[in-house]
Amino acid sequence: MSTTTEQIEKLANTEYKYGFVTDVEQDIAPKGLNEDIVRLISSKKGEPEWLLEWRLKAFRAWLKMEEPKWQNVQYAPIDYQGTSYYAAPKEKKKLNSLDEVDPEIRATFDKLGIPIEEQKLLSNVAVDAVFDSVSVATTFRSKLAELGIIFCSFSEAVKDHPELVQQYIGSVVPHTDNYFAALNSAVFSDGSFVYIPRGVKCPMELSTYFRINAQNTGQFERTLIVADEGASVSYLEGCTAPKRDENQLHAAVVELVAHTDATIKYSTVQNWYPGDKHGTGGIYNFVTKRGICKGDRSKITWTQVETGSSVTWKYPSCILQGHDSVGEFYSVAVTNNFQQADTGTKMIHLGRNTRSTIVSKGISAGRGQNTYRGAVKIGKNARNARNYSQCDSLLIGDRCGAHTFPYLEIKNTTAKVEHEASTSKIGEDQIFYCESRGIAKEDAINMIVSGFCKEVFRELPMEFAVEAQKLLGISLEGSVG
Amino acid sequence: MLLEVKNLKVRVADKEILKGINLTVQPGEVHAIMGPNGSGKSTFARALSGHPGYEITEGEVRYNGKDLLDMDPDERARDGVFMAFQYPVEIPGVNNAYFLKAALNAKRKQQGLDELDAIDFMKVVKEKLEVLHIDDSMLQRSVNEGFSGGEKKRNEIFHMAVLEPALALLDETDSGLDIDALRVVSEGVNAMRSPERSFVVVTHYQRLLNYIVPDYVHVLSEGRIVRSGGKALALELEEKGYAGQAAVGARR
Ligand SMILES: Nc1ncnc2c1ncn2[C@@H]1O[C@H](COP(=O)(O)OP(=O)(O)O)[C@@H](O)[C@H]1O
Ligand SMILES: [Mg+2]
Repeated sequence: MSTTTEQIEKLANTEYKYGFVTDVEQDIAPKGLNEDIVRLISSKKGEPEWLLEWRLKAFRAWLKMEEPKWQNVQYAPIDYQGTSYYAAPKEKKKLNSLDEVDPEIRATFDKLGIPIEEQKLLSNVAVDAVFDSVSVATTFRSKLAELGIIFCSFSEAVKDHPELVQQYIGSVVPHTDNYFAALNSAVFSDGSFVYIPRGVKCPMELSTYFRINAQNTGQFERTLIVADEGASVSYLEGCTAPKRDENQLHAAVVELVAHTDATIKYSTVQNWYPGDKHGTGGIYNFVTKRGICKGDRSKITWTQVETGSSVTWKYPSCILQGHDSVGEFYSVAVTNNFQQADTGTKMIHLGRNTRSTIVSKGISAGRGQNTYRGAVKIGKNARNARNYSQCDSLLIGDRCGAHTFPYLEIKNTTAKVEHEASTSKIGEDQIFYCESRGIAKEDAINMIVSGFCKEVFRELPMEFAVEAQKLLGISLEGSVG
Repeated sequence: MLLEVKNLKVRVADKEILKGINLTVQPGEVHAIMGPNGSGKSTFARALSGHPGYEITEGEVRYNGKDLLDMDPDERARDGVFMAFQYPVEIPGVNNAYFLKAALNAKRKQQGLDELDAIDFMKVVKEKLEVLHIDDSMLQRSVNEGFSGGEKKRNEIFHMAVLEPALALLDETDSGLDIDALRVVSEGVNAMRSPERSFVVVTHYQRLLNYIVPDYVHVLSEGRIVRSGGKALALELEEKGYAGQAAVGARR
């Protein structure tokens, strides 16, 4: 394990420490949603006609859809007309270096403990910081450009590479895919765009820190990553949000496209505001993430550490279309207090010899409810498809819950599918054993939980793994008396 | 005086198990606590190390002049109390070396010493591994996970060697060890004997005491110490068994 106890100890403050608001003047759309708002968003962003049309199609589809109710979560009804669908910092000029970034925003990053500059220098990470829906800082762009790599905000991609965006947007998650994806397609604000050209291995981790700011502004990011033939990329998405009393809707869409022999690794650490210990406030996180292994021997890996949000509804999935393609899903989901998570994955095997691996670790504490929902589908032409699934649940205390819903649909008899599941409780004896060696109780719990999550953490890039472990510590504070 | 236990009564799951234990341990002494299964030996060791399931209903325990019962288990450990478990617990996914480094540094921090970095820690560890004839690979495995019974016991003694306690409580450390392993473990313990370190060795069999020679032997029966004596008492018990010991104690 990479984190030391001291690091975890440092985080021993009980309040959600990322709860602060940055005071930057905002350009906010009036509350409510109608075709005019969709047009406003599109024109604010100076989008081409085809994109406006696409948004409108999505909006009209959304109007006819119903909010899904099958998830194992409960939350107060969302007032879609009481939400504002666009916010942008007023100053939007392009920046060449971090020094040009608004000091307020820089201060926010400092509070988050994300020294961008240091990260650039020390860890070779290019950071495309998305601040409240609009990118304010993009780094390492030129270095990446030399290799033909495009890493920019979604809006910029629409301006500078419209043909790529038009080709791929909605190709993995159609605008009619589900209620929240349709909503996102209609009103998406910004997000990231990555294109790795043929044969290029991206030399550094691409990283974006999203941040929900402005009160009452739903956040609708849209991310599109395309790895062309033989290309590879590792992308990190990390999130923190300021403290809010009202629930905030977050409905992102992420699409990944891996062509022949391409590899995409997508890692997320999500710690949006989870609500307080009475269950008030917190983010509604309704995300659609899906990747397609389009070409033969392509590979997509989703790794996620979900510690935040009051309600999470998220199933990063892989469509394994190319022969010999590989899909992987590694997940840690933590629910404490009144948090609810319904998360998992779908592995859809279409090509021959396709393989998928699912490792899900659910941790419930307090009154947290944690549901794993996974589907493995083997199509009729998917000869010799393989799936291995492992779902482990860890309970801390006796008022929380863990639920597992694995779905299987096999249309080819050559398929081999394995499923393992376990539920365990953090034992008093494990904690006592640590204590009897001089390790304090909170540290003991962190250690046991981190051990439980090890198979997932080791899939994360190093500095992310450290961050993830810290977040686990914070999320579980006070969970054992 | 390192440890002074006075009239200790302990309740587990609503049943009184220890019914008034008295024991005094001076620095450097080795005390053996013997007794049949179920007599309360493990209960005594666990109560001293602060297991939350063991309720102290009466009595007093002074450790280095402090009220031991007032301290949390992790505080006791950092203050030099160590227990080698009869049944060591597995902690999946937690690297043994990482675990031990966290434990050692927690203790050093309390003592106002600098925390050891990975390199210095490994130096400490390598020495101890050699003395105990333990293979390096044990460091990289998860704490006790998939260890054989003997490996678990050795790992306990290894933890003790690294943490260098002032008071070591060894609970049935001999059980599950073959004769060679028993010899190695005992040598490890003997190497740690010093005028500053005391041991309370809990055992069912006298065999361990051939290797770790105690200064005192106490016989525990039904929650009471019914006899105390020198090392010869262990041999006598070996010959005559535990039967009758309670009666002997009761007569006194
Ligand atoms: N956690 C527990 N719950 C219930 N009974 C217990 C527990 N621990 C010990 N006991 C009981 O206390 C008595 C003494 O047990 P123990 O201290 O383990 O004995 P020994 O170590 O001498 O074999 C036994 O009757 C045992 O069943
Ligand atoms: Mg015992």
